[in-house]
Amino acid sequence: MVLGRVRAAIADVPAGEVLAFDRDGAEAEARYERGGTLDVAARLALFVERAGDYQAEVTVCADEGAAIAAAVGAACARHATRRVVVPDGLDRAWVPDAIEPVADDPPLAWPDLAACDGVLSGCELAIAVTGTVILATGPAQGRRAATLLPDLHVCVVRSHQIVETVPEAIARLATPIAARRAITLISGPSATSDIELKRVEGVHGPRRLELIVAAPGP
Amino acid sequence: MRVGLFITCLGDTLFPATGRATVAVLERLGHTVVFPAEQTCCGQMHANSGYEEEALPLVRGFARCFGGDDLDAIVAPSGSCVAMVRDHYPRLAAEAGDAALAEAVAALSPRVFELCEFLVGELGLEDVGAFFPHRVVYHPSCHGLRMLRLDEAPLRLLGGVGGIELRELGEAETCCGFGGTFAVKNADVSAAMLADKVRAVLDSGAEVCTATDSSCLMHIDGALRRQRTGVRTVHVAEILAAVEGR
Amino acid sequence: MTPAGGFPAAARAAVADSQLRANLRGATHAIRDKRAAAVAEVADWEELREAGRLIKERAMRHLDRHLEDLEAAVIAAGGQVHWAPDGAAANRIVGDLVAATGSAEAVKVKSLATDEIGLNDALAARGIDVLETDLAELINQLAGDTSSHILVPAIHRNRAEIRELFLRELPDPGELDETPAALAGAARRFLRERFLRAEVAISGANFAVAETGTVGVVESEGNGRMCTTLPRTLITVMGIEKVLPRLSDLEVMLQLLPRSSTAERMNPYTSLWTGVTPGDGPEGFHLVLLDAGRTNALRDEVGRQALHCIRCSACLNVCPVYERTGGHAYGSVYPGPIGAILTPQLSDLESGATLPWASSLCGACYDVCPVKIDIPTVLVHLRGEVVRREAGGSKDAAERLSMKAAAYAFGSTTRYRRAQRLALRALRVLAKVPVLGRLVPGPLAAWITVRDLPEPPPETFGDWWRGRRP
Repeated sequence: MVLGRVRAAIADVPAGEVLAFDRDGAEAEARYERGGTLDVAARLALFVERAGDYQAEVTVCADEGAAIAAAVGAACARHATRRVVVPDGLDRAWVPDAIEPVADDPPLAWPDLAACDGVLSGCELAIAVTGTVILATGPAQGRRAATLLPDLHVCVVRSHQIVETVPEAIARLATPIAARRAITLISGPSATSDIELKRVEGVHGPRRLELIVAAPGP
Repeated sequence: MRVGLFITCLGDTLFPATGRATVAVLERLGHTVVFPAEQTCCGQMHANSGYEEEALPLVRGFARCFGGDDLDAIVAPSGSCVAMVRDHYPRLAAEAGDAALAEAVAALSPRVFELCEFLVGELGLEDVGAFFPHRVVYHPSCHGLRMLRLDEAPLRLLGGVGGIELRELGEAETCCGFGGTFAVKNADVSAAMLADKVRAVLDSGAEVCTATDSSCLMHIDGALRRQRTGVRTVHVAEILAAVEGR
Repeated sequence: MTPAGGFPAAARAAVADSQLRANLRGATHAIRDKRAAAVAEVADWEELREAGRLIKERAMRHLDRHLEDLEAAVIAAGGQVHWAPDGAAANRIVGDLVAATGSAEAVKVKSLATDEIGLNDALAARGIDVLETDLAELINQLAGDTSSHILVPAIHRNRAEIRELFLRELPDPGELDETPAALAGAARRFLRERFLRAEVAISGANFAVAETGTVGVVESEGNGRMCTTLPRTLITVMGIEKVLPRLSDLEVMLQLLPRSSTAERMNPYTSLWTGVTPGDGPEGFHLVLLDAGRTNALRDEVGRQALHCIRCSACLNVCPVYERTGGHAYGSVYPGPIGAILTPQLSDLESGATLPWASSLCGACYDVCPVKIDIPTVLVHLRGEVVRREAGGSKDAAERLSMKAAAYAFGSTTRYRRAQRLALRALRVLAKVPVLGRLVPGPLAAWITVRDLPEPPPETFGDWWRGRRP
C-alpha cells in the first residue's frame, strides 16, 4: 500500500532516469573533496588537535607494547580506575600491570559491565578532521555494550588507522558493514546542551574518553 | 545606454521622489532614460500571496512593456521587484505552461537590474558624484541580500558619497518584518521584528536610514515616525542623486 | 492539531511573552553564531550542500526502488520490516511488537516521527510505559509538555524550572542544585537503571542506507547508544523519506548534519547498525517504515523537496519569525520554516493551512539549509495551493476580492491610474483623520497599530514624468 502510494506520487519521474547520485561523475558544483592532502605527520597532529577540542584527553606515545601500556596505565591512574574490561583480541602487551583486566567472556550481564571502572579498546579507524574514533564490533573492540557502560573509555588509536576526511572513513567502513559489524562513531565524551544550551559532558556514555595515539618513532 | 526605468507600482504611487532620483542619477551619468508608459505592477504581491493566477497577466504585461529590444537595460530602484522578475517570472511562466512567455521572460530577465547592482556591477562605478552630508545607516533588504546577492554594492556606492558618515547597523541582515502581506497577516510578529530593527537603527546614531527598497523603508519609516524618533528614511537612489549645493 | 486561529493567533500570545522571547533570542543567536563558525571552516561547504541536495532529490525521485532495496537488505541482515501507511498503523504495529516481547515498558530515543504520530500516548493506552531518554525529551515528558525546538526541545524552560520538576517527578533526586551538570547527573542516575533493565527500545532514525540496510542514529548524550545496544528488541520507526540510496551518501550527510545542527565538526556519537549483529546488541530488530502523509508531499513536484529535510534545525535558528514566537505557535512537532512547509503537506493542507504565511520570505532559511531546500519558494507555492483549495469558500473572501480587484486595476494603465488616484485620496483623508483607519479591522488597522502610514505625495511619478517631457 505504501509502495503503491509512492509510485503514484512519483509518476512524473521518467523510468529511465538516473537512480542515485554518482559522485565520480558528479556535476561540477557538487564535486566536494573526498581525499585528504596531509602527510602522515600532519594528519596525526590534526587528529590530536581536533580530538582534544572535544575534550577527549589525548596521549601520544611510541607504537610499541610497553609504551602503550604505560600510557594506558597513566590514563587509568588519572581517573583512579582499576577494574577495566578488556575485549578479546586486544594486544595483551597494551594492558598495564597496575590494572585488573576483566574479560567479557562469557558475556557479562549489564550490571556487571556497568560495575567496571573502565574499558580498554582498540579501534577500527579514526578521522583527523573531526577528531573521531570509530569502533566496529570485533576483536580488540568487543561488543558495543562493553565500550558504553563503564565510566572511562581508554581507546588506543594507531597512527596508520587515522584517515584525514569523513569520505575516506566511510569508504573504509564498507567492509565491516558488509560483515554486519555494528559501527559507533565517537567524537569526544557524551554531552548535552539541553539545559539553557550549557554544555555538560558525560551524560550516558563513558563520561571520560582517553585516547592513546600510538605512532612509530621518528 | 538606453535604460528602461521600471518604476514599480509602489514607487510610482507613493515614492515618486525615489523615481525622480533614479532618473537624475542615470541622466547625470550620461544615459538615456526611457519610461515605458504601459507599466503597472510586476505582480509580486499577488504571486507571493498565493494568487499566481492573478499574477500571470501582470507577468505578461511586464514582458510586453519591457520586452522590446530597444532597451540596453531595465533598471528599478527596488530589489524585491527585480527579484520577482528574475527569480519568479521563469517559474511562473513554466508553471503556466506558456512556452512563449517563458521564452520572453528568459530573454528579458538577464537585462533587469536593481539600481545599485546596475551602477556597480554593470557600469563599474562606485563614485557617482553625490554629496550627502549626513549620518546614514544602511539596511540591507532581504531580497537584495539573499536573492539578488547585491553584497556590498550599495555600501560601496554609499561609501563614495561625499560628506556622508556611514554608521554600522546591528544585526543588519535580519529582516525588518515587512514581507508584504506578512506585515498585516502576522501583524504581531511583524511588529516585534520591526521594533528590533528600529532599535538597531536608533542605536546606530544615524539621522537617516537608507535601503534599496521603498517597501522596507515604508515599513521602518512608519515606526520611526510613530515613535517620533526624528530619524528619516531616504532611499539609496535619493542619496546618490543628491549633489553639493542643493 | 493547529490551534484555533492558526499561527497568527498562537504567535500573538507567544510574542507577548517577553521571557520566552528573551530565552529564544539568546538560544537561537548562540547556536546560529556557532553554526556559522563550524561551516566557515569547511572549504567545500557549497559543494557538499549541492551534493546533499542531489542525493536527497534523487532518493525521492526513485523512492519506491530505494525502499524495496532497503527492505530486502534489512531482511537479509536479520531484521524485519513493517509498512505503516499512517500513524495509527505504525502505533498498532509498534504496540503489537512490544506486547509480543511480554514487556510493559520501553525506553525511547528522541524521534520526531514518533512524536508526530503520537506513539507514546497510543502505547500508554495499551498499558505500555514509554520512557523518553533524551534529556530534553525527558524534561518535556515529566512536565507533560511538548517540544518547542527540533534540536533542543526544552529550550523554553530554564534551569530553575527543571530543578523543581526533577525534585517533584524523579523517584530519588537526592540533593540537587540547579547547575546543568547536577541536573544532567540526576537524569543519568535515573535513566541508567532503566536502561539496564529495559527489554525493548524504540528509536527513530536519521537515515537508512538502501544498499546495505544500515540504519543510523546521530546523537550527543549516549542515550541513543544505550537504546540501540542494550535491550533485546529494537524497534525503529522511520519516515520513508529518510532512505539514502548508498552507503557513500553518508560521507556527505555526516559532514552536513553535525555542523548545521549542533555546530560541531562531528556529534559525539553516531550508531550505525545493519540488521542484527550476532553477539552484539539486540537479538530482534524491527524497522517500521512510515508514510503518514509523506506521499502527499511527494506528489507535489515543487513541495516534495520538504522531504529532503535532515532535521538539523538550522533554519529555526536563523528564522526571525521563529525567534519571536518559539516552536509551540506552529502547532506541530515540526516548527520553524521547515515546519511551515512540511506540516501542511503531511496533512494534505488539512491542518496548518496558515503556516505558509508564517514567514516574511526573508530567505535566511534557504541560505543555511544543508540540503538547499528552497523554503521560500515552497512557502509561496503552498500559499497558492491553499488559496486555490479555498477558492469559492467564505474564508478570506475580503482578501480574495481585494486581490482580484487589484489585479484587475493593474491590468490596464487607465484603471491603474484611476486606482492610484483613489489610493492617494484615501491616504490624504487618513492623514487628516487618522482615527478612521482604526474603524475597520483588517490590513489597514493592523498596519497602523504600530506604524504611521506613508505621507501621500502631491503627484505620482508617472504624472511628473508626463509633465516633464513634451
